[in-house]
Amino acid sequence: MNFGIVVFPGTNCDRDCYYVIEDILNQPVRFIWHKENNLKGIDCVVLPGGFSYGDYLRSGAIARFSPIMSSVKEFADRGGLVIGICNGFQILTEAELLPGALGRNKGLRFICKYVNLIIERNDTPFTSEFKKGEIVRMPIAHNEGNYYIDDLSKVEKQIVLKYYGENPNGSLANIAGIVNEKGNVFGLMPHPERCSEKILGSEDGLRIFKSIVRSL
Amino acid sequence: MRTREELQRISMTVEEYELAKSILGREPNDLELGMIAVMWSEHCGYKHSKKTLKIFPTTGPHVLQGPGENAGVIKLDEELALAMKMESHNHPSAIEPYQGAATGVGGIVRDILAMGARPIALLDSLRFGLLNNSRTRYLFAGVVSGIAGYGNCIGVPTIGGELAFEKPYTENPLVNVMCIGLLKGKPKSGRAVGAGNSLVLVGASTGRDGIHGATFASLELTSDSIERRPAVQAGDPFMEKLLIEAVLEALEKSDAIIGIQDMGAAGITSSSAEMAGRGGVGVEIEVTKVPQREKGMTPEEIMLSESQERMLLCVEKGREDEIRPIFEKWGLNFAIIGKVIEENVIRIKENGVVVGELPIDLLTEKVPAYDLVTKEPKNLKELQVIKEMLKIQNYGEVILRLLGSPNCSASNWVYEQYDHMVETNTVSIGTGASILRVKGKPYLLGVTTDGEGRYCYLDPYIGGMLAVAESARNLICIGAEPLAITDCLNFGNPEDPEIAWYFVETVKGMSDCAKRLNIPVISGNVSFYNESEEYTVYPTPVVGMVGKIESVESICTPEFKEEGDTIYVLGNPGNLGGSLFMEEVLGEVRGKPSFDLELEVKLEDLLLKAIKGGLIKSAQDVSRGGLAIALAECSIWGNLGVDIDMTTEKSPEELLFGEAQPVVIITVDPDREKKVEDFFKEIPIKKIGKVTGNNFVIKINNNKIVDLEIEPLKREWRDGIERWMK
Repeated sequence: MNFGIVVFPGTNCDRDCYYVIEDILNQPVRFIWHKENNLKGIDCVVLPGGFSYGDYLRSGAIARFSPIMSSVKEFADRGGLVIGICNGFQILTEAELLPGALGRNKGLRFICKYVNLIIERNDTPFTSEFKKGEIVRMPIAHNEGNYYIDDLSKVEKQIVLKYYGENPNGSLANIAGIVNEKGNVFGLMPHPERCSEKILGSEDGLRIFKSIVRSL
Repeated sequence: MRTREELQRISMTVEEYELAKSILGREPNDLELGMIAVMWSEHCGYKHSKKTLKIFPTTGPHVLQGPGENAGVIKLDEELALAMKMESHNHPSAIEPYQGAATGVGGIVRDILAMGARPIALLDSLRFGLLNNSRTRYLFAGVVSGIAGYGNCIGVPTIGGELAFEKPYTENPLVNVMCIGLLKGKPKSGRAVGAGNSLVLVGASTGRDGIHGATFASLELTSDSIERRPAVQAGDPFMEKLLIEAVLEALEKSDAIIGIQDMGAAGITSSSAEMAGRGGVGVEIEVTKVPQREKGMTPEEIMLSESQERMLLCVEKGREDEIRPIFEKWGLNFAIIGKVIEENVIRIKENGVVVGELPIDLLTEKVPAYDLVTKEPKNLKELQVIKEMLKIQNYGEVILRLLGSPNCSASNWVYEQYDHMVETNTVSIGTGASILRVKGKPYLLGVTTDGEGRYCYLDPYIGGMLAVAESARNLICIGAEPLAITDCLNFGNPEDPEIAWYFVETVKGMSDCAKRLNIPVISGNVSFYNESEEYTVYPTPVVGMVGKIESVESICTPEFKEEGDTIYVLGNPGNLGGSLFMEEVLGEVRGKPSFDLELEVKLEDLLLKAIKGGLIKSAQDVSRGGLAIALAECSIWGNLGVDIDMTTEKSPEELLFGEAQPVVIITVDPDREKKVEDFFKEIPIKKIGKVTGNNFVIKINNNKIVDLEIEPLKREWRDGIERWMK
């Protein structure tokens, strides 16, 4: 399984994802600068978290225009796996690879903490290592995680992860992660790369990366 | 000739002006005078602190870089070194809390970057007035969101620090930010050498922001200070993130960079003069080559601007194009603005015409260093006496009240706004010293900041010792061996003999303790003039300390682990002098704090050995709030109760809420009681009770004086800050 991690100016979780994929999972991985357009040999594209372009206009709004994003779109259309974490999720909605939008947290503050999540679907390439209905713990760290869509019925079947218990950001229907209709593009607010080792407090996140590896 | 008023605006005295003139041998022009004023400001020149700071111990076999550079550096192992530094941004934060705090983060991060290190963590030591004051809440919320806004964006985790809320900080909050970073091989230096080599300005463009910020920081705050808001810079964390990546990439791919320097207070003036001073050379700068954000800037504005996110590089002549593409890739300016010259002067040109020229040493070594005039405050001896003590009726209520005080309570409201996990190294925060792992290494790092203004106010020598001792003890309690200190010394106006006395005594205390504990001070910062019309801040030294934990197995944490474990107290608890109890319950800041340095040395040595040997299950330092609060915290964090049974000749108030140091609570497996008592026999050790699955119960001399359920303890502790900030 070849992973490619896209680096935009302002991305800051790129090296964390790299570490998990290379050092913990021993899978081949390379960084892809946002001005490149070559995804040759890549099986899974990771859009990591951070503050692409400082999030100055709106999270993800400028990054979607980076040259790499048209390649990512083609790649996704061909069925390639794409996972967007936090800012990566925001970029995927801005680029219309995923439906809906992510607004400011309801408390208008940045929130960094562990939350409980419930696995709504385990029939995706990203969640096969979980049981349906399982409760897991992962950290969030964002300003804009308040998921919104005009018509919830459009995405109800695409919900993969929901906040369980407390809804930290006001997200519609407690949505924490969704896939596209085809199920090959996944966006989530929690950071699986931050909970992939016992020493960091949880290994639940590693199961997402393992699911991806298993899917091939 | 300049008028006194004209000089006052730039914080210079007539005497200083005359001195500068005589060194120069002529009248400086406006540009030159502006440059002299910022470099001679307290903020840049340390003219009131230089002599006193010389007493700090600064060396050790593991010290690769002591004070004098952008940051201090210690060796961690054969491959890795750690850079550390703390700095204040008090005045800007008092005027514009968000930007003041944000740019404080930006500046300290660039100091670490200038050593060639990747910043890996930030800590913040914050002091405000009381939260019942609406302006305090505005300042507090603004500072926290400024730190969050900047730190989160640049992807450096904010993993710790401390908080205190006391009246003297009402108008002049303290915002001290510490950064640590990791580097491989030899640290970089902020040094310019080799005539002909290029001076390259990288990063953001230069605007009119922050002009005379350094002189502003060297004045007391007054009601007019708000008018100095333009002297506060605006931060752009996105630009800083690009700068971090570009600089680290350039250093990795090329050795053409000879020297590297943060551009902070006093902008191009200080960075170029300092680089030249360290290298024993001169510099020539062409101001029109500086990328400018605004049209029509004068040479003085360009030379004094404190626009953020800029750094100055000294690059080998002819090799500029090896690194230019890296900065351009990251979308940053890369401007050759001048060159190194042999003559020891800083020469400023505008379109090739010399508009100013000053000897380097006039801006560096020849900055005046004043002897402080000191006088012990008259009322101090009287303050150190505790008059008659109010008898407490309900001890449980007092415990709940102290736990719910923002000075003791949980700081989740603060640190959940900080990204404290990015970089995926954060192992533990929020309970004592923070722990970071180092990827690929068996060892871990412990980091802490400490410093109690109240203690220093009542006894600066002891308070200074305690700031160092408490940091070290906090590290020992998590199983870390202390390695080095960075500090930030926050005081009022040093020209006031009483303040100067506090400063000198505090530094003596810190220095004596650091020497005895064998921990060098490798970097730091002094912030004077922290006073307003109504208040002078408590003399507040903040100590930042880093330690090394051998392995994951040697990590110790403070929370109670298991029902039935035996609780011991090491040291002699007692003494209400300077305690939080005195302040919060009796409304008095009084008494004399007490500290036993020789006991500290023995206790730390034994405790670290016991932790490494796996002899004990938890360790918790007793400080703010005393024994009762330390026990309550261990209960809350471990979700377990206690059954404490002590006999004493002291009053319950002294025993439960006194803050004598050093005192540490440990828990041990009941099978090991004998072994533990033997192990610690050289120091006072007392069995005080058991960990239980029930309530928080304290008996003193067979009287049950506290019986509380764990839930209300938790609630009070959890909501202490939040209830004010909703």
